[in-house]
Amino acid sequence: MIMAIFEYQFLQNAFIASILASIVCGIMGVIIIEKKLVMMSGGIAHTSYGGVGLGYLMGFEPIIGAFLFSICAALGIGYIKRKSGTRSDVVIGLFWSLGMALGILFVALMPGYPPDLSSYLFGSILSVTKANLYLMVSLTFIVIFVIVLLFNDWKAYLFDEEFASIIGIKTVFLDYLLLILIAMSVVVLIRVVGIILVIALLTAPAATAGILTSNLKKRMIYSVLLGSVFCIAGLWISYVINIASGAVIVIVSVIFYLSAYVVRSSYVRIKRKRIATSNM
Amino acid sequence: MSKTAVHIDNLSVYYGQVPAITGVCLDVADGEYLGIIGPNGGGKSTLLKAILGLIPATVGTVQVYGNNPGKSRSMVGYVPQFAALDKQFPITVLEVVLTGRLKQGLSLFFKFTKEDKKAAYDFLEKVGIESLANRQISELSGGEFQKMLIARALAVNPRLLLLDEPTASVDVGSRDQIYDLLAELNKNMTIILVTHDMLAISSQISRLACLNGYLVYHGEPELNENIVNNLYGCPVDLIAHGVPHRVLKEHEEGKQIDNGNI
Repeated sequence: MIMAIFEYQFLQNAFIASILASIVCGIMGVIIIEKKLVMMSGGIAHTSYGGVGLGYLMGFEPIIGAFLFSICAALGIGYIKRKSGTRSDVVIGLFWSLGMALGILFVALMPGYPPDLSSYLFGSILSVTKANLYLMVSLTFIVIFVIVLLFNDWKAYLFDEEFASIIGIKTVFLDYLLLILIAMSVVVLIRVVGIILVIALLTAPAATAGILTSNLKKRMIYSVLLGSVFCIAGLWISYVINIASGAVIVIVSVIFYLSAYVVRSSYVRIKRKRIATSNM
Repeated sequence: MSKTAVHIDNLSVYYGQVPAITGVCLDVADGEYLGIIGPNGGGKSTLLKAILGLIPATVGTVQVYGNNPGKSRSMVGYVPQFAALDKQFPITVLEVVLTGRLKQGLSLFFKFTKEDKKAAYDFLEKVGIESLANRQISELSGGEFQKMLIARALAVNPRLLLLDEPTASVDVGSRDQIYDLLAELNKNMTIILVTHDMLAISSQISRLACLNGYLVYHGEPELNENIVNNLYGCPVDLIAHGVPHRVLKEHEEGKQIDNGNI
């Protein structure tokens, strides 16, 4: 496969796309887990399916539709949650299924044969185009830039939003900004693992990094590295046995997370036992 | 007459249709040490949050040093109930205290200066946990965590310090240290303390407010039976809280324990 990367444009694109996806899910995944926004991310991702359908219906690039829909979903969920005090899981659930339903409706309204949507649902990293890559590069850059730019404010906001707001940090703005960043990340990840599997790539590398370190910055860096390993391993397996890249990447990530968890907990147990016996 | 730190005029706060506090009028003078007691659900935290500007007043006004609560944020330090925070968050003690040094608004590419770090160490020393500066917060005991939150509030350089049950789930030694610290801090700043802890009320505070949906009492820190009845509806509750061994007397050997379950 290493030789093939130099030979085939589509493999190069796939490789770059994996790296970009890893960067985004490494940074945002850590934040999403700490802020308990995993379901929110899932909701935003699934709502974007409506945009994919609209893209097919109106004849523009479906990923642009996904981008618009996920931004609207992020702002909509955030606004309703903030204004009405409705429990966010209810709003998320409604957006989640509304987005999927709209996607199905738009595709059904299309004249002629329906397109194959499985590449958006389950990801198809080997069919990433140059245009997709440009969009992914710019979104990744925006996500990194915004996080680095306000890193200390983010840290205060994530740890204790109430206190941050009391000392005058614009937490409402950060709230919406975070949701928009999640929407952008989702769009970056859709081509790689697909709408349905986005949550796994947002959580698995970050959660594995959480087992390894308890420093926020290091956690993000580890998570980026782990994500790259998962994506490239998944890409390679998917290339060799020719199945959907998203599924393979997710399976690799989850297996890795579970093994890290098992190793870690047995290590802790052995260590605890040793301390306990030495204290006797 | 000294300056007014907090001026509350006929304040009512509603959650939806339900009133949390109604018709509260309260003035806190600069330099005062006000204790607020009351039963659970009596609106103590709500009152603090109204002073902080976290929840809007449904009726009435709150002024902090002559401004609306939102405008005076750099003057106010806040120590939240620590049960409300995520103790697994990946952050060190020093980093938490440093968040108190963040500027208002949004600071782009913000780096903490040497002075910020020195100040943070000084505040940690003041609360007595400077040796824990590089610990993860998940490794702290309840008392240490609470002291860290006080250090963070002090890092704002406040004139007014608000504390919400700073001694809940804290060991006895830490509790005494926290009260000593507050008495010391009161020399330079106004303190408003919400507590269940009757011991604190008797010893140190200069004024007392009793809150049970409305302001039952405001004045010198002396409670009489009438106030306590209005506040808790049952005087035994008060005695049980402050002097635990009084409760034990009812459970002497050989007696039925039924009474204890009321």
